[in-house]
Amino acid sequence: MKLVYKNVDKDGQGTVGLIPEEPEDMWHAYNLISEGDSVRSSTIRKVQSESSTGSSTSSRVRTTLTISVENIDFDTQACVLRLKGRNIEENQYVKMGAYHTLDLELNRKFSLRKQEWDSVSLERIDVACDPSKSADVAAVIMQEGLAFVCLITSSMTLVRAKIDVTIPRKRKGFIQQHEKGLQKFYDNVMQAIIRHIDFDIVKCIIIASPGFVKDQFFEYMIQTAIKTDNKLLLENKSKFVLAHSSSGFKHALKEVLQDPAVTSKMADTKAASEVKALEQFYNTLQTEPAKAFYGKKHVEKACEAQAIETLLISDNLFRCQDVRQRKEYVRLVDTVREMGGEVRIFSSMHISGEQLDQLTGVAAILRFPMPELEEDDSEDELEED
Amino acid sequence: MSRHRNVRSMNYSEEYDGYDDVYGHSVEDDYCVSPSEAAFMYDREGSKNKQKIGAFFQTVSNIAEEHEGEVDSKGSGSDIEEARLQSCIDQVKETLGSSFSIKEIVLSLKKNNFDIEKTINDLLMKRADGELKQETDKKGKAITTPHPQKAQVVSSNQTTVNVTKGFDLAQKDISRLCPTPRSESPGSGRVTPINVQSNENEEKPKHKSYGKDDVLNNYKKDRSGEKEHLYMIVIGHVDAGKSTLMGHLLCALGQVNQKTMHKYEQESRKLGKQSFVYAWVLDETGEERNRGITMDVGKSQFETNSKIVTLLDAPGHKDFIPNMIAGAGQADVAVLVVDATRGEFETGFDYGGQTREHALLVRSLGVSQLAVAINKLDTVNWSKERFDEIIQKLKVFLKQAGFKDNDVAFVPCSGLTGQNLVVKPTQKELIEWYQGPTLIEVIDNFRVSERPILKPLRFSVNDVFKGTGSGFCVSGKVETGSLSVGDKVLICPSREVASVKGLLTDDSPKQVVYAGDQAQVTLSGIEMQNVSVGNIICDPQNPVHVTTKFQARVVIFNIAVPITKGYSVVLHHQSLVEPVIVSKLIAQLNKSTGEVIKKHPRCLTKNTSALIEIQVSRPIGVELYSDCKELGRIMLRVGGATIAAGLITKIL
Repeated sequence: MKLVYKNVDKDGQGTVGLIPEEPEDMWHAYNLISEGDSVRSSTIRKVQSESSTGSSTSSRVRTTLTISVENIDFDTQACVLRLKGRNIEENQYVKMGAYHTLDLELNRKFSLRKQEWDSVSLERIDVACDPSKSADVAAVIMQEGLAFVCLITSSMTLVRAKIDVTIPRKRKGFIQQHEKGLQKFYDNVMQAIIRHIDFDIVKCIIIASPGFVKDQFFEYMIQTAIKTDNKLLLENKSKFVLAHSSSGFKHALKEVLQDPAVTSKMADTKAASEVKALEQFYNTLQTEPAKAFYGKKHVEKACEAQAIETLLISDNLFRCQDVRQRKEYVRLVDTVREMGGEVRIFSSMHISGEQLDQLTGVAAILRFPMPELEEDDSEDELEED
Repeated sequence: MSRHRNVRSMNYSEEYDGYDDVYGHSVEDDYCVSPSEAAFMYDREGSKNKQKIGAFFQTVSNIAEEHEGEVDSKGSGSDIEEARLQSCIDQVKETLGSSFSIKEIVLSLKKNNFDIEKTINDLLMKRADGELKQETDKKGKAITTPHPQKAQVVSSNQTTVNVTKGFDLAQKDISRLCPTPRSESPGSGRVTPINVQSNENEEKPKHKSYGKDDVLNNYKKDRSGEKEHLYMIVIGHVDAGKSTLMGHLLCALGQVNQKTMHKYEQESRKLGKQSFVYAWVLDETGEERNRGITMDVGKSQFETNSKIVTLLDAPGHKDFIPNMIAGAGQADVAVLVVDATRGEFETGFDYGGQTREHALLVRSLGVSQLAVAINKLDTVNWSKERFDEIIQKLKVFLKQAGFKDNDVAFVPCSGLTGQNLVVKPTQKELIEWYQGPTLIEVIDNFRVSERPILKPLRFSVNDVFKGTGSGFCVSGKVETGSLSVGDKVLICPSREVASVKGLLTDDSPKQVVYAGDQAQVTLSGIEMQNVSVGNIICDPQNPVHVTTKFQARVVIFNIAVPITKGYSVVLHHQSLVEPVIVSKLIAQLNKSTGEVIKKHPRCLTKNTSALIEIQVSRPIGVELYSDCKELGRIMLRVGGATIAAGLITKIL
């Protein structure tokens, strides 16, 4: 993302001009724009005009519109962001107050005006405009009969293909069926890799599976590539990394990202560091349960006591419709930072973020144990009952 | 000027009218499936229309046969036979009068190989018993028993089937083999109109009106003459020698012929893995043989004095535990193989070793009887001290795991040398201190658990494959109830109806299978891709619960990371493996009494018991533990380790 200009007042009101450059930037934009903001961007509008004779013609015009956002839609697969809202600026073609849906386009400037730019949004701009891009990684996570082909960018994990095939088990005298099924499965996975992975962008491709599936698959892929003379695969052979995972389900990606062999290849992507942070939280919960808490109520109490060392928070919470709630979370983040604590905003598009979302979306590792939090809780419940 | 330009652009755009509309809306309405989405809509396999049509034709021809039993009986023999049969029928009729139907006579004749005297005797005896009469009169109503068919086998060349597989089936087995469906149709006593609508309506109520007693009686009748059937799983740490031990046992029992054994010996020597020769009996795929480890459950069968044992050889490697769980779900008893070599036992038994995990798993899966084979004792010179040491350690652990003391037997043996497997040991060092039973004797002493045949049908699908002939097959275990050819069944969770075209247990066709049997079911009326591993086949009248959310009481094992709300784990339920989320921690319970210690705990730590709510991403078929033990058990795993085992207490 390119930052064109930034005019933000002291009291937080202001406009920011941005140019999204790659699909992932749409994700950032999705996290930045909230309902009630106004967005100005070039767009295409179908205009109907009626001639004096009464015949109507429709034409397509490119125009620049400013809308007040009412609805935000994000397609995670295609990385397309659509903003629906009313026109708030006079325009040659579009009446004031008429509805329009903006499709944000790559490499086209849009400007975003907010009543209040909070620290989280401003930080998001910084992150989005950080030119030092970390590695793009592709991962194929598989087990017999099931495979996911994923792309891992710094803030998103995108499932590009899911392959689910029933492979007959081995049985006496029917081994061929098993082996045929397996071969078909490998072929499907290989096709998915060729189709969905751009070898120019991706720096490494992780193949992870339990057992020997990964080795067998890799062997099969290279053999087939040699047979069919697939240069693309053969040239990029060195980009493949084999790793171990306990299953072929998507959440096993977490294990893969913890593998030291993989992390060294991936340098320091957000995905890997998020997994690490969440793991740390779980470890603390196991060893010192009084130092790890989750849920808004507990975390806020811990924050009041200035106890938070690391705050894990999902970006999902900042996208909520309720402005008041968003403000509360922003305040939480700001307070923790003020106290010298670390704040990690998890991308809900990553595996670890998904898990954090399930875990109420907010968790904290404390500096000192606060067993009283737990006790409060049980009292509350008694009241509830 | 600007208007002029506008007009120009208008003209230009009219050429792309369709495109325009789409663009103006800025919605890609035309694409009902976005290209990237299309990738998810993977078509598993081409449709099997061809096969289905074939299946349909066959059923039709079957029905024609069944209405006129006579015609069919002629059809199956040659002309000469037919003439002979006709003359025999006449003679018998003369002697006995018309009190017997032609069908009965034909049946009996065939059975007695056209011996008239015998036939007459037979028929009269049967009449006295009233048994045959009842059955043949009932025709379509009664579930047939294989008894009347037994003798028929002699005329059909059924035994050859097994030879190809390198297994000499024991003589007694042959009697259980039924003739092919075609030849049996008149004699089966059970009309099986499967697909034809008109017949189905009449058939259905009759079929369902079976009293429970009928099923039970039939079951008793069916199985009384046979040895009890036992399903046994072999478990243990990787490289404990499970496959070798069982391979050797099979060889010693004469289940593997010399020629095959010799072939394995040659080939394994070529690969430099001579010690794996016995393991090759059970490890069949090239991958398994090359690597020298079992990857999927191997299956075989042998007989002891009082039982027919189906052997399931589980993989020991950590990564293949999902396969092992699928196998163990089908077993009644288990043999835990333990490596006695110094250091090896310890690694297998320590935390993270599979000896521990496997034992816990099979216990949680409902296996209560266990034989512990202390293997590779030859490497420690048959030392009694070592044997006792291992027993000491295991006894404590197994008791904790929930095995009763008298349900666990310890046997010293060696899989490679074959000591103390079938014959009493010859090794001097061992005889000195061991006079106990051999492994086969221990297996023979296992009790067969009760089969819940009176409950509604539940069949868990373990494998889906193309069979020979029409339709496709699923294999798995009949958990409860019974299933017979011609039954309409419901596949859950997809809730599709299919009909049963054929049943096979241990490669022999059956008319009925009962709870506890492992069966191959040929299904028709459903696409192969609509059935997948982990599905439950059930009675349409009494379907299994299909849900995405349920409560379970779980016992949490030794875990490194506590379970919190929202923890994503892998659920194992029968053969089903599915990613799930622990959506709620309802209460922490007292491990022994089950009392609520704490409501809504923040997290669940190791060795505790709790009530949790589980959310599945797509619907699955489950049962309450109180209703059906087999389908009420679940297992939760994370990152290659089993974290909890539980029972379903409430379906939401």
